Amino acid sequence: MGKASVIPFGPQHPVLPEPLHLDLVVEDETVVDVLPQIGFVHRGLEKLVETRDYNQFIYVAERICGICAMGHSLGYAETVEAFMGVEVPARAEYLRVIWHELSRIHSHLLWLGLAADAFGFESMFMHCWRLRERVLDIFEKTTGGRVILSVVRVGGVNRDIEDSELKAICGVLDGITDEYQQIMDTLLTDMSVKNRTVGVGALTREQALELSMVGPFARASEVAYDVRSFGRGAYGALTDFQPITDAQGDCYARVKVRCEEVLQSIRIIKELSAKIPAGDISVKVKGSPEPGARAANVLEQPRGECYYYAQGNGTKFLERMRMRTPTSQNLAGMVEALKGCDLADVNMVILTIDPCISCTER
Amino acid sequence: MGSFHLAAMTLKSLFSKPETLQYPAEVKAPYAGQKGHVVNHVEECILCGMCQRTCPCHCIQASKPERAWTIQPFMCVQCGSCVAACPTHCLVMDPAPTAIATAKHEVRQEVPEQEKAAS
Ligand code: SF4
Ligand code: SF4
Repeated sequence: MGKASVIPFGPQHPVLPEPLHLDLVVEDETVVDVLPQIGFVHRGLEKLVETRDYNQFIYVAERICGICAMGHSLGYAETVEAFMGVEVPARAEYLRVIWHELSRIHSHLLWLGLAADAFGFESMFMHCWRLRERVLDIFEKTTGGRVILSVVRVGGVNRDIEDSELKAICGVLDGITDEYQQIMDTLLTDMSVKNRTVGVGALTREQALELSMVGPFARASEVAYDVRSFGRGAYGALTDFQPITDAQGDCYARVKVRCEEVLQSIRIIKELSAKIPAGDISVKVKGSPEPGARAANVLEQPRGECYYYAQGNGTKFLERMRMRTPTSQNLAGMVEALKGCDLADVNMVILTIDPCISCTER
Repeated sequence: MGSFHLAAMTLKSLFSKPETLQYPAEVKAPYAGQKGHVVNHVEECILCGMCQRTCPCHCIQASKPERAWTIQPFMCVQCGSCVAACPTHCLVMDPAPTAIATAKHEVRQEVPEQEKAAS
């Protein structure tokens, strides 16, 4: 047993663009305890709800995070629609889910590239980002923006996608699937990747439940919890939706779950674009929420369940808007996963949890 | 086995067309409806102020007494809600890149008197 010493990790670290600071208590080369610290990029976005009306706030909500921008605007809009009693047209529901799943693909591909880069697998990083670029192109074509889409509004969506365009999107996704399958096979069968990830940072199902982990992090520990399986919105139209899980709970399982979720999202988009009904894409939302009207909502972001809460006060400005992001749920699990791992594996464990600190701090 | 696939993909991309554009020799044509900076065709502006009211960044001023329409382009987040709200469709988004600025400025446009539409 060596002497314990503290090694600081972050907030600036080569593997993680996000400002997360960890105090790693190590004995020899083994991490025995971890003290996480966040708070470097707090922007006070929730407070802005007092100065932006409920329609304008959607543009603030989507700026909470660059990667889950679509998800945050969707989650916020659904929350406000819930207490204002707005019935969103079916076509809008489908379009929202299509864009949301596209953003899941782009988020997972971005993460896969970064993870590959952390393994030292530079060419894989290039291939992942090359495929991601095609998804961003779809966004640019259908919404006018690449990352910040500004396409959701309270009561529906701002733009329609023509049926011919939807077919073209499915064609692009077919092309991506072929190449992605090869990338995925490479990553999941490669010996050097397995050496770095198998058995590293493993958490059991009991630990995952106890620590209230969400998203792919929890699903890799066999917790079959995915908000999409509630079948709300257009997800209800899917013939079959099963959360992707794995039993191992280690870094490899987390890589595998995310890898397979990309293919699952592609299947969802294809199924929904075949089923999308014709009709309006938005309804007019008039008036202000009743004083005291409140609603809570959950949404499956690429990183897991995100919780939204909003409360009205009788004016156009909301009284309160609150969200709890998947990463803040997963920080406890991350600390637990890091305990007992090698110092050299710390970056791998953190990356496979895919923390989004900017979301968490808002 | 897996690395063999990747090697094949990498080799293939060595001999195929680059995925990226060779900017600035090649410039990507903007898609229809792509976002960009906000442009006001002032001849049709009626200074109704709808754009000012919907803008989440408070970066537009439409002043009837001064007959001026002002935008602070550095505060604009290009959300497009002013364009959607404009009743006369005189506001549009132009995806072409703007000239490089050396300081934050505002764009002020004089709005000419409209001829009364014959009713
Ligand atoms: S909404 Fe259109 S017409 Fe009205 S002030 Fe703005 S630019 Fe002019
Ligand atoms: S695009 Fe959005 S932020 Fe920019 S001026 Fe229009 S409403 Fe304001």
